[in-house]
Amino acid sequence: MHVVYPAVVAALLFSIGVYGVLARRNTILVLMSVELMLNAVNLNLIAFDVWLRDALHSGQVLTLFVIVIAAAEVGIGLAIVLAVFRTRRAIELDRLRDLGEP
Amino acid sequence: MTSAGFWPPSALEVVFLLLGLVAVGSALMVVTTRQLVHAALWLVVCFGALAGCYLVLTAEFVAWVQVLIYVGAVVVLLLFGIMLTRAPIGRSDDLDSGNRVVAGVVAVATAGVLVGVVVGGFQHAYAELQPGAGSAETLGASIFRNWVLPFEALSVLLLAALIGAIVLSRTDIKGRG
Repeated sequence: MHVVYPAVVAALLFSIGVYGVLARRNTILVLMSVELMLNAVNLNLIAFDVWLRDALHSGQVLTLFVIVIAAAEVGIGLAIVLAVFRTRRAIELDRLRDLGEP
Repeated sequence: MTSAGFWPPSALEVVFLLLGLVAVGSALMVVTTRQLVHAALWLVVCFGALAGCYLVLTAEFVAWVQVLIYVGAVVVLLLFGIMLTRAPIGRSDDLDSGNRVVAGVVAVATAGVLVGVVVGGFQHAYAELQPGAGSAETLGASIFRNWVLPFEALSVLLLAALIGAIVLSRTDIKGRG
């Protein structure tokens, strides 16, 4: 397996995630795009772990850790989104401008 | 580590590229679809294809963890979030903000830079796949011998995150005083 293939797939996934984070209005869709970016990183970690044959299996273990952190992040993120929705009745990012410059 | 040219691709590489194509295509659908619920369902397809990629790369344990946690838990959580925020079911045309064009430019630039660097840097890298390198036994031994401390720290982090989520989402918990 050429290392280029997983690396290119991961790079494309990451860029798609960047587009989603920048272009979407709905907070939950932004969270989904963040998940896409995390998965791109995971694919890279796996591919390079397989390529370098690390004795500690750092790539795959770190992938598991990233998955755990992503789960925690989604839990907290959705709780924050729900709290914002309860108080503001809106989760569109460009309508939440209380902290922005007028 | 340099062996085997790019053409013809081996059967494994063809399978990997097809799965990668599915992953990238469904990821594109996630960020472009006009229906919120469909975005979450396309995310399932994307994560499933990525789990297939991990399987091809011999990381079988990570593949099953991916299916269990991402497809099983994270997407369900996102669907709950969609439902609880009373998202419109069906087409909604205001899911994209006004800076779509800028976002597209930035994303294409990112993709160009990353793909260019990666292709230039790892053109000749070749990974020999050997089955069993990512089995539960190997990974379990690695985690509980070499990675115990990060593992424990992560368990505490996950617990703290879940308690935090509960505190944030319940309305009957008031601050002190």
